[in-house]
Amino acid sequence: MAENSPLKTKARGYSVKTLPGFSVVALFTLVALYAPIVILVVYSFNQGTSLAVWEGFSLRWYQQAAANEAVQDAALRSLILAISAASVATVAATMAALATTRTRHFPGRTMIYALINQPLMVPEIVTAVALLIVFAAIKVWTGHTSMIYLIVAHTAFCVPFAYLPIRARLETMDNSLEAAAQDLYASRWLTFRRVTLPLMWPGIVAGLMLAFVISLDDVVITEFVKSAGQETLPTYMLGQLRRVVTPEVNAISTVILLAGAILVSLFFLLTNRRV
Amino acid sequence: MIEIESATKVFGTGEAAFRALNAVNVTIAENEFFTLLGPSGCGKTTLLRLIAGFEPPTMGAIKLAGDDITRLRPAERPVNTVFQNYALFPHMSVAGNIAFGLEMLGKPKDEVDSTVAEMLRLVKMEELKDRRTSEISGGQQQRVALARALAPHPKVLLLDEPLSALDLKLRKEMQIELKRLQHETGITFVFVTHDQEEALTMSDRIAVMNGGEILQIGNPKEIYERPSARFVANFIGESNFLDATLKGGQVTLAAGGTFDVSVPDGVADGAVSVLLRPEHVAARAGAAQDGEIAATVDTVVYSGEATTLHLSLPTGEKVKAKIGNAPLGDGSLPKEGDSAALTVATGAITVLRD
Amino acid sequence: MAETQTYQPGELEAEARAADNRSRWLLSLPAVVIITCAAAGPLLVMVLYSFLTPGDYGNVKWQFSLDGWTNIFVQRDIFDDTLIWADAHLSIFWRSLSLSLITTILTLLFGVPTAWFIATQPANRRQFWLFLVTVPFWTNLLVRTIAIQELIRSEGVINLALMKVGLIDEPIQMMFTDFAIGFGMTYVYLPLMVLPVYASVDKLDFRLVEAAHDLYAGRWTAFRRVILPLIKPGIIAGSILVFIPSLGAYVTPRVLGGGKNLMFGNLIELQFGAGRNWPLGAALSLMLMLAVMVALIWYVRVTSREQADG
Repeated sequence: MAENSPLKTKARGYSVKTLPGFSVVALFTLVALYAPIVILVVYSFNQGTSLAVWEGFSLRWYQQAAANEAVQDAALRSLILAISAASVATVAATMAALATTRTRHFPGRTMIYALINQPLMVPEIVTAVALLIVFAAIKVWTGHTSMIYLIVAHTAFCVPFAYLPIRARLETMDNSLEAAAQDLYASRWLTFRRVTLPLMWPGIVAGLMLAFVISLDDVVITEFVKSAGQETLPTYMLGQLRRVVTPEVNAISTVILLAGAILVSLFFLLTNRRV
Repeated sequence: MIEIESATKVFGTGEAAFRALNAVNVTIAENEFFTLLGPSGCGKTTLLRLIAGFEPPTMGAIKLAGDDITRLRPAERPVNTVFQNYALFPHMSVAGNIAFGLEMLGKPKDEVDSTVAEMLRLVKMEELKDRRTSEISGGQQQRVALARALAPHPKVLLLDEPLSALDLKLRKEMQIELKRLQHETGITFVFVTHDQEEALTMSDRIAVMNGGEILQIGNPKEIYERPSARFVANFIGESNFLDATLKGGQVTLAAGGTFDVSVPDGVADGAVSVLLRPEHVAARAGAAQDGEIAATVDTVVYSGEATTLHLSLPTGEKVKAKIGNAPLGDGSLPKEGDSAALTVATGAITVLRD
Repeated sequence: MAETQTYQPGELEAEARAADNRSRWLLSLPAVVIITCAAAGPLLVMVLYSFLTPGDYGNVKWQFSLDGWTNIFVQRDIFDDTLIWADAHLSIFWRSLSLSLITTILTLLFGVPTAWFIATQPANRRQFWLFLVTVPFWTNLLVRTIAIQELIRSEGVINLALMKVGLIDEPIQMMFTDFAIGFGMTYVYLPLMVLPVYASVDKLDFRLVEAAHDLYAGRWTAFRRVILPLIKPGIIAGSILVFIPSLGAYVTPRVLGGGKNLMFGNLIELQFGAGRNWPLGAALSLMLMLAVMVALIWYVRVTSREQADG
């Protein structure tokens, strides 16, 4: 009824937060963010070779990927690389965070800050070719071509990512807790071991996971630094895209997506938990 | 016990330099409840941090039982602190917090356990010993902080405004509790507060601080009744300041009336400023007679246990008189606009140094 | 009392400060060394390489030359040795710049309403929506680019669907076009716009919006005159966060643009691959870095001015 409508509007309330069309665009955007990923995942289970015609459910492409020695090799390399780079980067970032937070200005602080954040400021492709230049020279000079170059390069760009959550955690920490520990006869080391470390631990774990994901996802720097035969999963996939694409790439992508999503969810839980 | 010798602390340099402590000398006796009282920014917390070892002094020395401890780190000083925000370790239980200092001192396990049990009993927290510190109330956290700092049995306990986060009722309870603990443990307490009532209630001696300096040290009675400086008088309790002339151990108020006074060192005969506490002034309606001071009532303020009259003297000076309320009210109190006659209690007038 | 003074005035403070500085430097050392060796240092080496002569099979000859830098804009004609404009480079710069700007505008159009929507949700649900936007951001960029590729390729979902409903008979060629690159970059960088704008809207004091409505502003006017100026810092931050990686993008244009539709990043790669001109590659890299620095400096100046105003 016509006379009911003003009442209805009133009951719903007039909110200044409503902007015409915004909700529609937002929901469309959120759906659009996930739709391509969902399609990718769905077709990884496709029976046929097509990436768009559904021919029934199967795990065929997962089996094929798992049996592919090149994939096994790349996956293992990706894992070793991400674990070593993320661990080293997290240790370095933890130490740097301890040094650069909760302090008044000290000589060199601005420089240390700038250096730690430097990998975030420079486009990846620029860092990649700079590393190519330097590492190519070292490789020629020493004849050594192991994975160490990849590990060093990954560690460097993982440091700022590991640093972020650790620093955020430290900044919310109460300084008087460490003062209290020292007041209660704890040495510097014991203060760190018994008070600082347990309290900053969630930040360290979050930093480690972030660094791990970043290392696992990297294509550009790996592509330029790797020696022949040192494919990681992302560079392997990039190479495959030049050939006929089969749902095998979808299967590998799905596994990477799943691993990333799990880590990010854990990261989210860790950083949003209040202690 | 503790000797602070010309301790000076300057923060920052050049233009921005701030002198938080200026050549402070103070000696705190063994087994004393000593309070540093002053407004925020007066240097009281800085002095406490110097004693604890969290900040090095710019100049001066800190001695404990005759030994110079100025260069020792906090962990090397037999001094413990109760922090303003308690600073309880959130990742440890109540008992874990209390045991921390003992463990750091490397005490054997059974001694740690027995001391922790003793401390829990002392602060009446036995039942909550396994709780996380975030799961207990503010008052309980306060007790844990106390027990934690007392457990290693320090020579001196430093307390940095420990009661400021508690509500009034709990604060009153804890004041008595702290006094009891000090008595039972026999440890020297150095207590920092900006609350004058708290200081008067608990302390053996009080040092009133302002602008990085100690203005007066004395027991609560001396501080309240014989403040040496106008700042001290003003900071503690309510005050009337009156102009007077000092001559040979007697002052004559500008508004009339001559009184015997004790003259502080360094005050010469001539114009002086005197302090008169409002509760030492009696008032009745009517014209002033011999020995009384004439006044006019401006405002009457009722505040439960007392009524405060705001009065004007013929000299233009303003005076407050605080009169305890009788059970059924007192018809003899003057009303607003009335003339009143004031009587000053014997010995109530204090000559101020400035 | 003076004889108890066992140290110079300020000496203890100076000692404590020196010890503190020392331990802070020692703690920072591993991070500083790693980044100097494998990020900042190589950039300096690259400056050196940009002034050398290209080697015959890649790499460089140790011979000073400015050709790396001049070759960015001009080329020597191989037949008659005259200098001509490097048209290919200029068109790639133009494509990089315009595609990055278009990407920024598109992410604004979709990102701002999304951020607004999330920030105006009830507090308990906000974390969930935020999480939904954050997950794609942290999932593999290459994988997300592949997802877009499968959507828009000739035998991809979009073309098949359009043919099925009969709107088109032939598949539309979307892959290997500028459209594909812009579409892909908008998709992969969108979360970078939503997050900072969300932070701004979240801080917005809605009483100010109410005041605007109270003073007879309509929703649209309130948005334009009150909300937009207040969330500007988030919009600027988001635009910078999208623009800078777009300008230096490598993976997305490589996968979606193919061999012909190069962007800046692919042009750089070319010099280290088939182009065999490392000095030119180094000079191009430094130029890209310079462009990014200019954008960053502009951002810092704008935000510091905003802060000074507010």
